[in-house]
Amino acid sequence: MTEQSDATLALIAALPFIGALFPGLMIRVGRNACALSAGWATLSALILLMIHSTVIWRGEVVVYRIDWMPMLGLNANFRLDGLGLLFAMMILGIGLLIILYARFYLSREDPMGQFYTYLMLFQGAMLGIVLSDNILMMVIFWELTSLSSFLLIGYWKHTRAGRQGARMALAVTGLGGLALIGGMLLLGNAAGSYDLSVILTKREEVLASPYLAPMLILILLGAFTKSAQFPFQFWLPHAMAAPTPVSAYLHSATMVKAGLFLMARLWPVFAGTDLWFYLVATTGLITMLVGAKIAIFKDDLKALLAYSTVSHLGLITMLLGFGTTAAATAAAFHIINHTIFKAALFMTAGIVDHEAHTRSIKRLGGLRVLMPITATLAIITSLSMAGLPFFNGFLSKELMLEEAAHTSWLGNPWLVPVLATLGGLFSAAYSFRYIGHVFLGPERTDYPSHPHDPPFGMWAAPALLAAMVVVIGVIPQAVVGGFLNVVADAITQEHLHLHKLKIWHGFTPALGMSAIATLGGLAVFYFFTPLERIWVATPKPDAKRMFDALVMFLHRTLGRISNNLHDGRLTKFLAIFGATTVALGLFAYVSGSHTPGTREMIAPTLVDYIGTILLIASTMAIMNYHRSRLLVLVLIGINGLIVSVIFVRLSAPDLAMTQVTVEVVTLILMLLALHFLPKHTPRESSWSRRSRDATIAGAAGLAVAALSWALMTRDFETISGYYLKHAKPDGGGTNVVNVILVDFRGYDTFGEIIVLGIAALLIFALEEALMDGRASRKLANWIHEMRYSKDRHPLMMVVATRMMMPTSLMVGVYIFLRGHNDPGGGFIAGLVVAIALLMQYMASGFAWASDRIQFPYHAFIGWGVLIAGITGIGAWFNGFPFLTSDFGYVHLPPIEEFELATAMAFDLGVFLTVVGAVMLAIYSLSRIARRTGESVNVSPMDYDPSTVDPFEEGHVRNVRTTGEER
Amino acid sequence: MEALLAIVIGLQTAGGVYLILRRRTFSVIIGTALLTYSVNLFLFASGRLAIDMPPIYTPGVENYTDPLPQALVLTAIVISFGMTAVAVLIALGAYLESDIDHIDLRRDPNDLDLDPDEIPWEQDPRDPGLEAPKGDFG
Repeated sequence: MTEQSDATLALIAALPFIGALFPGLMIRVGRNACALSAGWATLSALILLMIHSTVIWRGEVVVYRIDWMPMLGLNANFRLDGLGLLFAMMILGIGLLIILYARFYLSREDPMGQFYTYLMLFQGAMLGIVLSDNILMMVIFWELTSLSSFLLIGYWKHTRAGRQGARMALAVTGLGGLALIGGMLLLGNAAGSYDLSVILTKREEVLASPYLAPMLILILLGAFTKSAQFPFQFWLPHAMAAPTPVSAYLHSATMVKAGLFLMARLWPVFAGTDLWFYLVATTGLITMLVGAKIAIFKDDLKALLAYSTVSHLGLITMLLGFGTTAAATAAAFHIINHTIFKAALFMTAGIVDHEAHTRSIKRLGGLRVLMPITATLAIITSLSMAGLPFFNGFLSKELMLEEAAHTSWLGNPWLVPVLATLGGLFSAAYSFRYIGHVFLGPERTDYPSHPHDPPFGMWAAPALLAAMVVVIGVIPQAVVGGFLNVVADAITQEHLHLHKLKIWHGFTPALGMSAIATLGGLAVFYFFTPLERIWVATPKPDAKRMFDALVMFLHRTLGRISNNLHDGRLTKFLAIFGATTVALGLFAYVSGSHTPGTREMIAPTLVDYIGTILLIASTMAIMNYHRSRLLVLVLIGINGLIVSVIFVRLSAPDLAMTQVTVEVVTLILMLLALHFLPKHTPRESSWSRRSRDATIAGAAGLAVAALSWALMTRDFETISGYYLKHAKPDGGGTNVVNVILVDFRGYDTFGEIIVLGIAALLIFALEEALMDGRASRKLANWIHEMRYSKDRHPLMMVVATRMMMPTSLMVGVYIFLRGHNDPGGGFIAGLVVAIALLMQYMASGFAWASDRIQFPYHAFIGWGVLIAGITGIGAWFNGFPFLTSDFGYVHLPPIEEFELATAMAFDLGVFLTVVGAVMLAIYSLSRIARRTGESVNVSPMDYDPSTVDPFEEGHVRNVRTTGEER
Repeated sequence: MEALLAIVIGLQTAGGVYLILRRRTFSVIIGTALLTYSVNLFLFASGRLAIDMPPIYTPGVENYTDPLPQALVLTAIVISFGMTAVAVLIALGAYLESDIDHIDLRRDPNDLDLDPDEIPWEQDPRDPGLEAPKGDFG
């Protein structure tokens, strides 16, 4: 087949999604505008599709490929052939009629904008399925249909039935979707490509796959759940709780046909195998019978139609399962016919419901007099559903019976024909009932609302469809013959020369079976009352109750398990988590094979031993004295310092500087917090508990040590060679770590400063929340446990920090500026500057200092993130992707030539964010301290010899106010 | 050298895990701090150890240490500060609001009870326990 590439194909797929944006806005203009805004997108997509149809008609395929992640086989590839065209036409054509119909169906209380948005989303998802060439993309759209149909079915959120129906539909089709993903991955693997165009040519490879059975079963699970095949048929009738336009659209024209589409699409790959025949044809046959039988006895109009849909879907599934090209053609023809008459039938049912305010057949009858137009449309379409001549349903049913007549099941030539005839009989019976019990019979006086024909807008759509029913029924070959050939070619991927569609084939077995079915249907209708009595008396499995029981069982069992794991004891959960992690690691170790590492070791020197011993000693001391909290803070400081020394020793100067500065601010923060926490941890764990924890901890420690050892003693491949080579020529800096941070991996860094900023704002928000409520009252009445030093703001410290301030700021700037070429950079500079500021706060008190250093720390964070972001966007103007840095050399006369990189601006953003985040965190904690009535000093130091006369008695107390001032 | 670093990483992990299994918020915070050291060192070690080979491009020098783990660890150190700060404030807030600094909502039946002033937190009325699901399913 020849292919044409055309970008408008992607546009067709995108149009419904674009259209989904407008109804929500346009509803403010009016209901007509709202419907129009949805309608134009559908209409434009339909017109574009029609433009392509000429190409399809010539037997060509339209494709459009957008490479996304080609290495994963994940591409946005679109493809349109006969089968896709058929479904796309149904989706858009019926969609357009539904939009028209819904405009008149929805009442003023229903949020119409929402409705059309959901509808367009659903339409887009469906269109995506049928236009995807990539099966992974198809699966994504598949899941989207599940989600958007959930929204549509549950549109009437206030009704319990709507919510339950939506949930059930989502559970069943969603689970099927999961199975489908598995099946599609297996299929793509077996075929060696995820593109349908390739898969369809790889029948041998796929059939030779050792995973053929699980692959097919998983894919069929997806298709069967979506198309409501036995035993998953139960969700579809419950989904009828949706507004009628939704039922008409989802359950006749689109959603449930997605499963059929999938089976038709993969037909060339699987059809003809025994597995395919017995799985698909059998399921279809059972579904056809079960659905039709239930439909006969349903009193709710929409339930009757829903089960009839189930039955007809079964019929089509069965035809696809037969695996012959003639059966596949019949399936395609019935898809077309069923869509037309079923959509119309749903709309007439909706009209009846709308007018008579009931859908119960028992309360209806005789409507032909009151609603002649609706009655005519309903009767025409019902007769088509029953399979009577001169209506389109007859033709495809004949083809089906013809195929069934010579299909044998496990060597039995009678089974399939007899059951197929029985299915046709049931189908005729419920169709007659729909006509007889609703529109014929005597006129009644007790309708809940007096019915009459609706306005033209509401019956226009079903009328158009009914006209098509008749036209196709009378002159099939002229109307759909050629198109059907194109579709059948696309399903089978062969060049078929179909027989002409005719009404009269002569006296064939199929005609006899058809006659039996129609007469039998009439008989059932005639004896309906006694039959119904038998039906009511027979016990039936209630699928909904079984589904509910299953959900309930799962909910209770899983709830019990997770409530046992998470019973409010974090320690228990962490113990389970730790033990499991260690066990998994052990399992991986035991089940793998190992060879000792061969990497050359570095001989340790005396200093290394000393450092290690110090670190071991301090860690042991932390364990031993962990109840004495202040002591632990001192000890953990040792750990932090030695870790930074390790970084120095092992050629990581940037890390060492970061670690040592972070250590300082962390300790200050913890000290501030400890002021309000108990200073001592009581011993409250039992001996057994402690030994259990020690065992877990010891095992974890051993495992991590062994893992590190194994890692470090093996050679490895690194991608860092690239960074080392390109840092100077491409990033303009010699400090490769810094260049990675601000350039190569700038995106990561950008994300990280945002996280840091959010953390600081979170701290601020938490502190704000604490400031009113219980904690605040408690703080206001705080009793200080420890006595304060008499000299809280000592002279020497104040003077020393004042003098150091300019120097330390200069060091910060220096570290910032040299960062690109030598150890340093925005992170470290930010921490250094934050420490310089903190020293002022420590010396003279936070309140005193913040009166003088009035920086809005939130703004620092905001500006930092903004500057980094704007620098990144700047790269766009140079034609590079986000965050690509640029640099050049600048020569200012008094200084040497130096280079200026945009990375510098990015680093400035990092710097500002770090300063802001650190200061905001400490500031928040200090506000808690001030709430306790911490005094605020007037002068920078408690004893200032320049202002106070030391010989004067009782000099002024250095306190301004108590309590926090905001 | 590798062995020493492995011991250091393992020991700090063991200490960290032991402390996060304690029942008071402060111990857990110290435990996560210890775990942070060991995790950062471990990540750093994934670039293998090198002495006197800083990742600063210098003309004429052939061998450098792996800069990538260093860049990753650098941000990890700063982020862990943010994380510790949030944890500290949550712990502080919880203590101020509820007068207890336990991290568990329920009592372990095997635990010693040495603090008689504590709130009887095993019968917390706010703890709903296992509740049977109520209707509207399916």
